[in-house]
Amino acid sequence: MDWGVIIGNLIHDTIVFSTALIFAALGGMYSERSGVVNIALEGMMVIGAFTGAVFTFFAQDSFGSLAPWIGLVGACIAGALFATPHAVASITFKADQVVSGVALNFLATGLSVYLTKIIFNGAGQTTTLQQVFSKWHIPVLSDIPILGHAIFEGYPTSYIAFALVALSWYLLFKTSFGLRLRAVGEHPRAADTVGINVKRMRYTAVMISGALAAMGGATIALTTTSNFSHNTVSGQGFIALAALIFGKWHPAGAMGAALFFGVAQAIKSLVQIFGLTKYVPTEVIFMLPYILTILVLAGVVGRSSAPAALGKVYDTGSR
Amino acid sequence: MNRVIAIFTKESFLVPVAAIILGLLTGAVAMLAGGFNPIQAYASLVEKVFGSSYNFGETIRQITPLIFTGLSVAFAFRTGLFNIGAEGQFIIGMIASTAVGISFDLPAYIHAPLAVIAGALAGGLWGAIAGWLKAARGVNEVITTIMLNWIALYFANYVVKAFYLQEGQQRSEMIKDSASISFAWLSQMFDSARLHWGTLLAILAAVFFYILLWKTKSGFELRAVGLNPHASEYAGMNVNRNVVNAMFVGGMFAGIGGACEILGVFHYQSIMAAQPGYGFDGIAVALIGGNTPLGVILGAILFGMLTFGAAGMKFGAGVPVELIRVVISSVIFFVAAHGIVKFFIKPLLQKKEGGN
Repeated sequence: MDWGVIIGNLIHDTIVFSTALIFAALGGMYSERSGVVNIALEGMMVIGAFTGAVFTFFAQDSFGSLAPWIGLVGACIAGALFATPHAVASITFKADQVVSGVALNFLATGLSVYLTKIIFNGAGQTTTLQQVFSKWHIPVLSDIPILGHAIFEGYPTSYIAFALVALSWYLLFKTSFGLRLRAVGEHPRAADTVGINVKRMRYTAVMISGALAAMGGATIALTTTSNFSHNTVSGQGFIALAALIFGKWHPAGAMGAALFFGVAQAIKSLVQIFGLTKYVPTEVIFMLPYILTILVLAGVVGRSSAPAALGKVYDTGSR
Repeated sequence: MNRVIAIFTKESFLVPVAAIILGLLTGAVAMLAGGFNPIQAYASLVEKVFGSSYNFGETIRQITPLIFTGLSVAFAFRTGLFNIGAEGQFIIGMIASTAVGISFDLPAYIHAPLAVIAGALAGGLWGAIAGWLKAARGVNEVITTIMLNWIALYFANYVVKAFYLQEGQQRSEMIKDSASISFAWLSQMFDSARLHWGTLLAILAAVFFYILLWKTKSGFELRAVGLNPHASEYAGMNVNRNVVNAMFVGGMFAGIGGACEILGVFHYQSIMAAQPGYGFDGIAVALIGGNTPLGVILGAILFGMLTFGAAGMKFGAGVPVELIRVVISSVIFFVAAHGIVKFFIKPLLQKKEGGN
C-alpha cells in the first residue's frame, strides 16, 4: 500500500471514530460550563445508542433511508429527557453531582439492555439495522486524490458534529446566552445578582448536554456497529469526558482532543493490519487517552482548569 | 422503648431504608411496564437466594467483594475524598495476586498470604496515585480515579496476555494450589459453592476500618481532614499526607477484594472486555451504608442478594436480569438526592418532632 492511501485511510477512520466523542464532549461542555459536573456522559451515550437504534428499527420499514435521521432525532430527545433527573437531583435537590452521575451511568446500561430484551424477545442486542447512515460523497471535493477520501467521504453525522463545534463556539463566546452560561458556571452569585436565572440556565445546559451526548451514542449505533448491545458505547463516554478536560472545556479544544483520541483508535486498526501488535500492544493504545488526561490535569502537559463553580451547588439563600 | 423508636426514626436510618423501598418500587414500575409481575419476581429473587444451600453460599461469595469495595469507597469518603477508583484498585489487586499466585512456588502458609498482601499493596499504591495527584498537584480525585480505572483494565489485560496467558484461552493460567484461599470444608457444607477465607477477611477489614478511624490518632486526623481540611491544617495536621494515606488504605481494601476474587473464586484471571463492576457497586454500598463499617456490610448483603437473586427473577418471572441494575441505580439516585426521599418520609420525621 502506498503511504498516501494509508494516511488518507487513517484520517478517514479518525473522523469516523471521533464523531461520537465530539458530540459527547460538546455535551459535557455545556453542562460543566454551567457548573454541573457531568460524569454521566457515558450513560447518556448509552441511552442515545439504544434509542437511536430502536427508533431506526421501527422507522426503517415505512421511512426507508430517512429512518436513521428519525433515530438521531429520537436519541436527541431521549437524551434530554434522560438528563433531566440529573438536573433535578443536582440543581433542585442539591444532591452530590458525582453520585447522581454514577447513578445515571448505572441506570442507562441496566435500563437499555432491559428494554432491549423486552422489545427483541430476550435478545441482548437489537437486530442488525437495515437502514443506517451511509457515507456522503461530496461532489467534486471527494474526487481530490487522498484528501477526498480522507475528509469528503464521511458520514453526515461527522459533518453535523463539526458544524456543532462551530455553532457551540459562537453560542458560547459570541452570544448573551453563552455569556450567561459561563457566568453561571464561574460565579453564580454575581450572575444571580444581575438577574440571570441560575437554576434555569443550569437546567437548560444539562438537558442540552444529554441531547448532544445521546446523539453521540446514536452515531455509534447508526454508523459503525449497526445495532445496539451492552458494549456499543463501552467507555467512550469517559473518553469524551477526558477529551473535554484535555480540551480545556473549550469547543475547539474538545474537538481537537476528540480527534486526537480518535487517531489512537484508528491507529489500532492500522497496527493490526501491519502486524505491529508485537511492538505496540493494543492495550497501550487504549490506555493513551486516559494517561494523557491525567498528565494534562497534573500540569505535566499544559494546565487545564475547570469552571470555577463546577460541582458547587448554588443555594439562593447562602452567601 | 423510646430509644428504639429514636433509632428507627433517625434520618441516617430512614433515608437509606426509604431509598431502598423507592428503588424497589421503581423496579416494580419498570417490571409492570414490561408486562411482568413484580411481586412474583421479587418473591423468586428471595427464593433464589435462600432456596438452596449452594445458592446461599454463592450469595455470600457475591457479597464478599462488595464489602471490600464498599469499605474502600467509604474510607476515602471519611477523609473527604470521592474514590470512584475502587474498580481500578480492585482490578490491580486481581492482577497482582494472579502474578504472585502463578509465579511463585511456596508453601501454602506463605504463598496465599503473600498473594493477598501483594493484592493489598498493589491496590493501595494504585489508590495512592490518585491521592498523590490530589495532594501534590491539586487534581480532582474523581477524574483521576475514573481514568485510572480504565488504565487498570487495559494494564491488567496486557499483563495477562503478555506473561500469563493460558494457551488458546482468553484467560491466565491457573494459580498454584498453594496460593488458593478457597475454604474446602465450608464449600462442601454449601454444596460446593465457591466459599473462601476472603469473607472472613472482609469482616476483619470492617473491624480494622472501625478501629483505625475511631480508636487511633491517625484515624482522628483522617476524619478531621475529611470534615474540615482548613481547620485540620491550622491544627498542625498534614492534610496532603492524610489524603495520600486515605487513598492508600482505601485502595488496599479494594485490592484485597480483587485478590480474594482470584485466589478464592476463579483461580485465574480473565481478559476482561469491560469493567467487572464491583468497584462501582461499592459506591452504592458505601452510600447506602452511610460510610460506616456496619452499614457497608449491611449494604453489601443487600446488593449482593439483589445481584445474585436477579437470576431467580429471570427464572421465576421471566424478568431480564438487567432489571436489578435499574433497582440499584435508583437506590443510589435516591440516596444522593435525599431531598426527594425526605419529601416522602416527611410525615415520619414530623411525628418524631411532635412526640418530643
